[in-house]
Amino acid sequence: MVKDQEFLETKASYCLGLAKKLGATDSSVIVKNSISETVNFRNKKLDESNRSDDLGLSITTYIGKKKSSISSSNLLNDNLNILIEKCIETTKNTPEDEFNSLPDRDLFAKEVKDLNLYDETHIENNQKIDYLKKLEAAASNDKKIVNTESSFTQNKSNFVLANSEGFCDGYKTSSFTASSVTVAKDEKSMERDYEYSSKCFLKDLDDADELGNLAANQTIRKLSPKKIGSEKIAIIFDKRIAKGVLSTFASAISSSAISRGTSFLKDKVNQKIFSDKINVFDKPDMLKGLGSRNFDSEGVKTDTLKLVDQGILKHYLIDTYNGKKLNLKSNGRCGGTSNLYFENGNISFKDLLNSNSKSLYITETIGHGSNIVTGDYSVGATGFLIENGEFKYPINEITIAGNFKDMFQNITLANDLEFKYATNSPTMLIEEMVVAGK
Amino acid sequence: MSNFFEKSDVSRKEAESIISDTLQKCDDGELYLENSKSESILLDDNKIKNSSYNSDLGFGFRAISDEVVAYSHSNEISKNSLKQSSENLKSTLKSVKGTYNHEIPKSNKKYYDNINPIEQKSLNEKIKILNDVNDYLRSKGDKVKQVTANFLGEQKSVEIIRSGGETLSDVRPLVRFNVSVMVEKDGRKETGVYGVGGRQSYDSYLKDENWKSVCDEALRIASVNLESKPAPAGEMKVVLGPGWPAILIHEAVGHGLEGDFNRKKTSAFHNLMGQKVASEGVTIIDDGTIDNRRGSLTIDDEGTPTEKTVLIENGILKNFMQDRLNARLMKSRSTGSGRRENYRHIVLPRMRNTMMLSGKQTQEEMIKAVDKGIFAVSFGGGQVDITSGKFVFNCTEAYEIVNGKIGSPIKGATLIGDGPSILKEVSMVGNDMMMDPGIGTCGKAGQGVPVGVAQPSILINKMTVGGTKL
Repeated sequence: MVKDQEFLETKASYCLGLAKKLGATDSSVIVKNSISETVNFRNKKLDESNRSDDLGLSITTYIGKKKSSISSSNLLNDNLNILIEKCIETTKNTPEDEFNSLPDRDLFAKEVKDLNLYDETHIENNQKIDYLKKLEAAASNDKKIVNTESSFTQNKSNFVLANSEGFCDGYKTSSFTASSVTVAKDEKSMERDYEYSSKCFLKDLDDADELGNLAANQTIRKLSPKKIGSEKIAIIFDKRIAKGVLSTFASAISSSAISRGTSFLKDKVNQKIFSDKINVFDKPDMLKGLGSRNFDSEGVKTDTLKLVDQGILKHYLIDTYNGKKLNLKSNGRCGGTSNLYFENGNISFKDLLNSNSKSLYITETIGHGSNIVTGDYSVGATGFLIENGEFKYPINEITIAGNFKDMFQNITLANDLEFKYATNSPTMLIEEMVVAGK
Repeated sequence: MSNFFEKSDVSRKEAESIISDTLQKCDDGELYLENSKSESILLDDNKIKNSSYNSDLGFGFRAISDEVVAYSHSNEISKNSLKQSSENLKSTLKSVKGTYNHEIPKSNKKYYDNINPIEQKSLNEKIKILNDVNDYLRSKGDKVKQVTANFLGEQKSVEIIRSGGETLSDVRPLVRFNVSVMVEKDGRKETGVYGVGGRQSYDSYLKDENWKSVCDEALRIASVNLESKPAPAGEMKVVLGPGWPAILIHEAVGHGLEGDFNRKKTSAFHNLMGQKVASEGVTIIDDGTIDNRRGSLTIDDEGTPTEKTVLIENGILKNFMQDRLNARLMKSRSTGSGRRENYRHIVLPRMRNTMMLSGKQTQEEMIKAVDKGIFAVSFGGGQVDITSGKFVFNCTEAYEIVNGKIGSPIKGATLIGDGPSILKEVSMVGNDMMMDPGIGTCGKAGQGVPVGVAQPSILINKMTVGGTKL
């Protein structure tokens, strides 16, 4: 069982008390316990079991405008005494920074709603094994599948965030995650793909058969890929890739990138950065949401933000430090976004495929090719050639490149949004990107 | 060295008996104990943004029967938590039985000193250097708009206790110093990043103001990029500079030669042992034994002494990199490549310092041999799809080559290639092998470990360059 609230609160208040006694003018502490149990299968047999029990604590101490922090996994009071003493010593020796401070008192979250983020259900390893047997049977049904690796993880976490302003709160969360990675082979090629499902509640998890079938089918259809020539062409990002465009957008509007001047979206609030119909929301209070939270990692309340309204950027993602630097109030985004998504577009997936006589449907990208300083984008990709709305053949060993400033203005979204991850996008069409191939 | 049982309610003897009892019917396994101390000091935007210290203690208990691995880890080194882990392992492995396989080669060699780099330099000294770095770079002109510099220091003590009480231990220092600078001219912004590091004291990198050369390099890269033009798109010849660009070797072939992917037959190399996989003259080794290098290890995380493993010799595939599990199942031997990020993770076969050895040609000859292509000097990160063999990496400093001459700098572009065939496209191997500056971290299955790379300049006949200019 994960440690209860009382245990975590006792540790937190011990740290705050000691920090104060040693001379901290302010301090904040987070104590967290996370227990994960995983079972892995490979080729229909048990391959690995893994249990992890992580208890950790991180404390930040302030002396006036000086600040330092420590973290440790050793929560014995003996050790905490040494570390907090060290932290105070380091704080004294660290130069002042006028923007260092705890959040303004009026911004702390006051009520903690039950967002339905914790499922009491405990799934024993033998139940995980039953699920994985079913999943792997479905995944390896076709003889083109030569290798399967599947995994089932149950995670239970609990945390307490407390600070010297009197904020002290936390709550339990759970997740159940199943995944399947399959390898398919024919005379010409060997390809890999995957499918995945992660939910707060066990009963919401995808059916094992369905997951296995999807993983296998997505892999088999990639066999015998071709390489295409270099050209300008319309790109369609599968949902699992399209969400990455949204993640890049989120990094580029983080207040730290903005205050440091290292983002291509600096000074773009109230300007049109996306095409007309695009709306982006960050909604922390979705029930059972994979990114849901009651407050951010500083304890600041989080309201739903419409980040982009009809293509116009409305907010940055602001934490206390960078907010003070930018002369803006924190909007509870220390630690990033919660449930971030593009609102549905108004055409169907099928119509999206049909909107150009020829396009590329991208199912996987590799490489770290997003530069948020310049907006330049260049990644390796695999996917399919689409002609007249039909999947023609798989393609690989190509790159796609552009600049986010242009790409954002050329986005068309389908109406097939689902909440599979914390960050979600409908299928996305971007006109006119450069593909390099042969 | 850490005494892991000093403040615990379980004595070393009791721990040994729990280990022997748990592993008695298993093929392999061990108790891995780790105590690490690390610090991070960051200067950003003219200020010391962060000074933090982390102390981490825990164990990972592993039992292996045939192909099945059971693992359990915890922060608490106590009788109760060891017994709980033991029960957990036994419950997974209850239906399998194996014979215990036990043999670790002995070695007295050490590749770094038993030091704690964090304590060797005071916080004030480190803060002073970071402030000096900031002042130095900002004195280089108005175009410098942002400077980030940081120190990362670590001391990790590990102990491996095997069934029967055999104990192996290691104390590993690691430091890294990094500088990132953003410049702006006529509204255009570009960044340059450079860093140094390894398994020794900060002073090995920072004495006599030699940090200035790190700053100069970061600024040089940023300034070059200010003048860069859009990169070309399509297939062309590529000359790679020496040193850090060897992450191409790491991505393109290194991962594909790790034992696990080959045992599972998911690597594009799994059926190519003894065959020609690279041009003649291409020799690639993975070496854990170079003094003070970031990727070096005295023993790996299973206790096996590291070694210099020849992967490809003169174009022929010779060896995979192995940990104990994969070596046993492939009827091979451990190459001392069993590594883990920390006690929270299981051991995987990983790279250490992956190096392509020098050939005979000069870089000039290579440039001259290219009519139309690019010259790539530095890279950001890379990634590989083990199964299809396709890999990418991102240029952070590159130039076009026109008619045998180096031309304008080009914007960061992704290069994509095919791992199993790329080394056959190497047509010249330079005489200028260089190690990287000591900054690499390799990610695999969610675990990051420090690694090194090295290579001479090489000419690749054909790669796809992912620019925007058709």
